[in-house]
Amino acid sequence: MNARIGHIAYNTFREAVRDRVLYNLIAFALLLSGSAILVGQISMDVERLVVVNMGLTAVSLFGLVIAIFIGIQLVSKEIERRTLYTVLSRPVRRWEFIVGKFFGLAGTLVVNTFFMAIGVFGALLYVAHKFQKPDGWILVALYFIVLQFVIICAIALFFSSFSSPLLSAVFSFSLFVIGSFAEDLRRFAAMANTLTRWVVSGIAYILPNLSSLNVISSVAHQQPVSAQLILNNTAYALLYAATALCGAVLIFERRNLK
Amino acid sequence: MPAIEIQGLEKTYQVGFWRKRPKRALQPLQLTVEEGEIFGFLGPNGAGKTTTLKMLMGLVYPTGGSARILGMDLNDPRVKAQIGFLPEQPYFYDYLTAHELLTYYGHLSGLPGKDLAKRAETMLERVGLRDVRGLQLRKFSKGMLQRVGIAQAILHEPKVVFFDEPMSGLDPMGRREVRDLMEQLKAEGKTVFFSTHILSDAEALCDRVAVIHLGELLAVGAVADLTSGVRGRVELVWQGTKVPPSLKAMGGDCYVTGDTVRAVFPEESQDMALEALRREGLRLISLVPVRTTLEEYFVEKLRKPEKTAGAIA
Repeated sequence: MNARIGHIAYNTFREAVRDRVLYNLIAFALLLSGSAILVGQISMDVERLVVVNMGLTAVSLFGLVIAIFIGIQLVSKEIERRTLYTVLSRPVRRWEFIVGKFFGLAGTLVVNTFFMAIGVFGALLYVAHKFQKPDGWILVALYFIVLQFVIICAIALFFSSFSSPLLSAVFSFSLFVIGSFAEDLRRFAAMANTLTRWVVSGIAYILPNLSSLNVISSVAHQQPVSAQLILNNTAYALLYAATALCGAVLIFERRNLK
Repeated sequence: MPAIEIQGLEKTYQVGFWRKRPKRALQPLQLTVEEGEIFGFLGPNGAGKTTTLKMLMGLVYPTGGSARILGMDLNDPRVKAQIGFLPEQPYFYDYLTAHELLTYYGHLSGLPGKDLAKRAETMLERVGLRDVRGLQLRKFSKGMLQRVGIAQAILHEPKVVFFDEPMSGLDPMGRREVRDLMEQLKAEGKTVFFSTHILSDAEALCDRVAVIHLGELLAVGAVADLTSGVRGRVELVWQGTKVPPSLKAMGGDCYVTGDTVRAVFPEESQDMALEALRREGLRLISLVPVRTTLEEYFVEKLRKPEKTAGAIA
């Protein structure tokens, strides 16, 4: 990573850290983890299951809100406030700006997930009093959640490079929802007739397959995650995010900053 | 070698949602700015000044023509290291302090990290913001932000500096400070290209100016050369309490104050006015040519752009 991308990423991270909204979201995530403990206490014998399920779901949802909320504004806010002008009038290429912004937001989400994960493990320890060996799979589930964020960040940035924040939010959130049911969409395509199968399969492959990145339920049931899935999901998420970023760069390179 | 060489740069936007139609923001522009000049780019709001500057900064792509800065094409990545830019009504990352902002921009300009903190400090001192170096920019006034903007534009010691409306929104003291700073930059051998609609500043500062209106270049040259071409006027002052009808008929602006009358006539009416005064037996106190200001020149130019555009540009 060249130095300019690093500085843009660090500045994006610094903006998010100094933004009070981010702190509020972390507080909400902690609050949800607290309620997980409460639910865990009233759930006989399944406290561990409930806490892991609720905790990881909270991490995923709060991270998603941050990814979309900040991601859609990454470019549009810079254009609207004209802060971009003094950046691009320096020896900074447009693609470096986009990639720097992406890494800044992805870094913010990794740090954010780290703190929320501490909350989840804290809640688990509080309920179960000790960790068990299968609890290590929670780390894999958290890693997959981060991969989801990487994809969502890239998608939000892609929409942000040409559309208004509101539309970008709608598009990004829609893709998240549809992507979460990608496996169902593929199953539907397999059952359909020839033409519908082709169309639906095409759509299913274009949309992000977020459902394969969701192993919260199996991890909560202390089931292991295969190394093959970890490898495949990593390759898929990085490839998908890179493609979305390339799209964002291609659009942004041609854009007139009026 | 010219500092800036604009060859037929033009911009046409497509406006409208369904049925796009072309709207020309800048007609093909030919302009050359020499090294070490302070060059004023004058025009009313919407004239095409900011569009031109944005094209030179690579923020907006031209639909035609080309430009070279310090002999390098606009697309040459080396150009950006040699130029500084202050946008109109600048807004910066308000969660940063002035020092953090300059350090960030310094990194992006490729300045070495070890000297950067010191250089940012020096620059803040130069624009009079040393005491507020640790204050977040969201607490800065408009004038202070303008100073930060100037500091970031000259932080990396560029050879050519572009300012878009640098005096806009500043009080008289602030304007004076910006003028002094521009003169310092010129003394350091830098080329300053700035757009403005505050003509007194341009008149006081610029070696040469260009006048642009509705995307079309109307005139370019030294202020004195441009204003000398404008129809002259003379001011006559005589003793009396009334304006004789023969003088009134000449169409001058007359003002009676106590027992003196002051009248301003076109230069060509001077002899007729003097003759009329002699005929009426009125005592002439003074006859002074009225100096044409850039503002008067500007107003006259904008009133009749269709007549003058072809002749001068």
